[in-house]
Amino acid sequence: MSIDLSQFFEVFFEESFEGLDTMEAELLNLVPGEEDLETINTIFRAAHSIKGGSGTFGFSSVSDFTHVLETLLDQIRQGERTLTTEHVNLLLKAVDCLRSLLAGLQAEQAPDLTEADTLRAQFEEVLGIKGATQESTTQPSDNQPDSDTYQIDFKPHHHLFKTGNEPLIMISELEQLGELDTTVFYDEVPEITDLSSDECFLHWRFFLNTSHGKSAIKEVFEWVEDDADITIELCGGLFTDDIPASATNIIDSNAVGNDAAPTLEPLTPEPITEPTKQAKPIKPTSASANKKSTTPESTSIRVGIDKVDSLINMVGELVITQAMLNQLSEQDITPATITALQEGLAQLAHNTRDLQENVMRIRMLPINFVFSRFPRLVRDIAQKLNKQVELKLIGEQTELDKTVMEKISDPMVHLVRNSLDHGLETVEKRLQAGKDPVGTVTLNAFHQGGNIVIEIMDDGQGLNTKKIQEKAIANELISADNHLSDEEINELIFMPGFSTMDEVSDLSGRGVGMDVVKRNIQSLNGSVEVTSAPGVGSTFTIRLPLTLAILDGQLVKVAQHTYIIPLISIVESLQIDIAKVSRVGKNLDVLRLRDEYIPILRLYDIFNHDNAIESLDKTLLVVVETDNQKVGLLVDDLLSQQQVVIKSLEANYQKVDGISGATILGDGRVSLIVDISGLIKLSGLKKPGSQELSIESQAALEAL
Amino acid sequence: MISELNLQQQKGVKQFLTFIMADEEYGVDILTVQEIRSWEEITVLPNAPEFVKGVINLRGTIVPIIDLRLRFGLPSIEYGPLTVVIVVKIEFEQDSKIIGITVDAVSEVYSIAEQDAKAVPSISETNNDDYVAGLVNVGEKMVALIDLQKTMNI
Repeated sequence: MSIDLSQFFEVFFEESFEGLDTMEAELLNLVPGEEDLETINTIFRAAHSIKGGSGTFGFSSVSDFTHVLETLLDQIRQGERTLTTEHVNLLLKAVDCLRSLLAGLQAEQAPDLTEADTLRAQFEEVLGIKGATQESTTQPSDNQPDSDTYQIDFKPHHHLFKTGNEPLIMISELEQLGELDTTVFYDEVPEITDLSSDECFLHWRFFLNTSHGKSAIKEVFEWVEDDADITIELCGGLFTDDIPASATNIIDSNAVGNDAAPTLEPLTPEPITEPTKQAKPIKPTSASANKKSTTPESTSIRVGIDKVDSLINMVGELVITQAMLNQLSEQDITPATITALQEGLAQLAHNTRDLQENVMRIRMLPINFVFSRFPRLVRDIAQKLNKQVELKLIGEQTELDKTVMEKISDPMVHLVRNSLDHGLETVEKRLQAGKDPVGTVTLNAFHQGGNIVIEIMDDGQGLNTKKIQEKAIANELISADNHLSDEEINELIFMPGFSTMDEVSDLSGRGVGMDVVKRNIQSLNGSVEVTSAPGVGSTFTIRLPLTLAILDGQLVKVAQHTYIIPLISIVESLQIDIAKVSRVGKNLDVLRLRDEYIPILRLYDIFNHDNAIESLDKTLLVVVETDNQKVGLLVDDLLSQQQVVIKSLEANYQKVDGISGATILGDGRVSLIVDISGLIKLSGLKKPGSQELSIESQAALEAL
Repeated sequence: MISELNLQQQKGVKQFLTFIMADEEYGVDILTVQEIRSWEEITVLPNAPEFVKGVINLRGTIVPIIDLRLRFGLPSIEYGPLTVVIVVKIEFEQDSKIIGITVDAVSEVYSIAEQDAKAVPSISETNNDDYVAGLVNVGEKMVALIDLQKTMNI
């Protein structure tokens, strides 16, 4: 009877990753010197389950590694060793290492054991044991000098089999440890008429001559600690010969009985072996089935049952409405049916909208999924930088689209790193400035309108506006005689190739970064801005749409075509005052709007459409902003505003320059969504543009 | 019947849907054909090649429409009520794409054994030999079998 264990692998991995998450979270809660025993126990249990599971599935690389980890934890738990920061660090590293080991196994790659081996050596150093003794799987030889004989009394409770344990397996494990002699006692076995086949009536006494310590023996029995009376004592002497020979015989027959020998007398536990063997591999699944777990793959999401229930409700309503409309369609058309039909359609619209909103909600997850990685990150970085940092998380339950969440994680990591590295001062500096030596970084998420806002605040030194300005001038990002406000200067940190750090650290300051952050966020149709006060701190504010699947759009008419401009990028729409338009260069028109110069992009020209209105005074200008650059898009007319569902053009065609996607309008027609930054590229305007362009056009205008 | 089918498979017999363009008959593997639609209003893609007429909404999917006449360098004609869009699913190396092609009219379905297809003469006036996988004679007519992967590799 063999069971294919591989079907349980996925469950094991899920459970293990969850265990590692728990370990990590609890380790971060540990403060050396004031550790809570329950916390240590939680960590220990998690490590123990991983070890047990990996042992069951034959992932010895994982189980061997977890073993040392567990030993250290056990010693701390027993009070034999006091917890130090070093231990916590080592354990955290071990968590990372285990995670990568497991991920490797999950991807069915050969595990890279170098890191694990280094860490294991470190653990062994801490534990004060030599590497050799850890190789517990090797068969010990009899003449090892330090072998001892233990007397082990093992008296399982009657319900032992019901917990899925099998004494035979433990006995054979003991045999692996050294020379084993076994006595079985069957004095408790009842009359055959009272015998219950799923209860254990036997108990054993073993003499084990082994070089492994008591702990190795304990380990064999650790799964049944609560289900049996176990005493392990050191006998001191070597084997004695007074052990009844019959004992060995019984064990022998026991071993044979494993292959099913029904002729054996009912005294042997043989008839029970079948069910217990079955029960054992099933155990991990039943235990994990009702446990919460997070899957690392982005291909699946966990949805609350309430969300699914409400969807089912709505689909039910939809079906009812459909049936009603169907019925109406079979009747003769009278004014009364027309009214009923209209009502029915209104209801249908209502149902559809509800359904749409709820389907979107399915993709929403609490932002906690991103936030949860920061405590660890902040701890590691703070340690590296020798700063004291407290991380505050606010609004962890704020929900946002899963896709957005996955993409926002990296930019956020970058911003938090920056806050720690550049924002927060060292302890000495903070004390000098009369601040609390412990700096605070706050992550705050909340909903605002149709957006989610994530704030990353620190109470550090704030941005050094002067330094940024000097740097920007040195890098020729701005001219020396600029008249920029402090806010405008601070925004410069999002320009490519910008870093104020005098020295490049391995955390941040390489000059790639903030522009990438900004680009990433913009690719999600979001925005990022910074506010800062010297000596008080800085705040980065990320604004993101709740979902990527739907977009608020402004429908515009260009010739006979309808295009959609994302509402988020529209600054204003206006009729052009011809008097304020000047021609710069060959064929670029620039509109002076208040104190800015807005280049006018003729959409019909860029998209090569005929029959559009060309004269500026009969058209409308939609002023849009992207990458801090404002441009005006010339359109024939503004149509309605509506939410549109974004569809990919690339799925069946290819990327179209200046177009970010398509959507289907109410009448079934396809309409294209304008990609503003792509459009600017297509039009040949210089990037970064706004600076150069306005300066250039300013000069041109002054010359007029 | 079943054994006959097996026999056909063994001989490498494939069914081809043929259509007419400029009085010539062309064929595509019938298994790639998803559906046949009439011509409808489409959305023009900016700056697209001439033979890409635009995109349509095929039950929620955006599907590009290729004018096969223009792709083959044939003179274009006015689209009329008989103009047909054959929606095909083409397997490319990494993915598959659904594309609509406009043709003058749909013709027949033929079973053609692969070894009956003859290679295209290498000298061709229209330089379209790249797009044609082979030529076969069906009765008195000649059918050009189209290599969709190459044709639609835009």
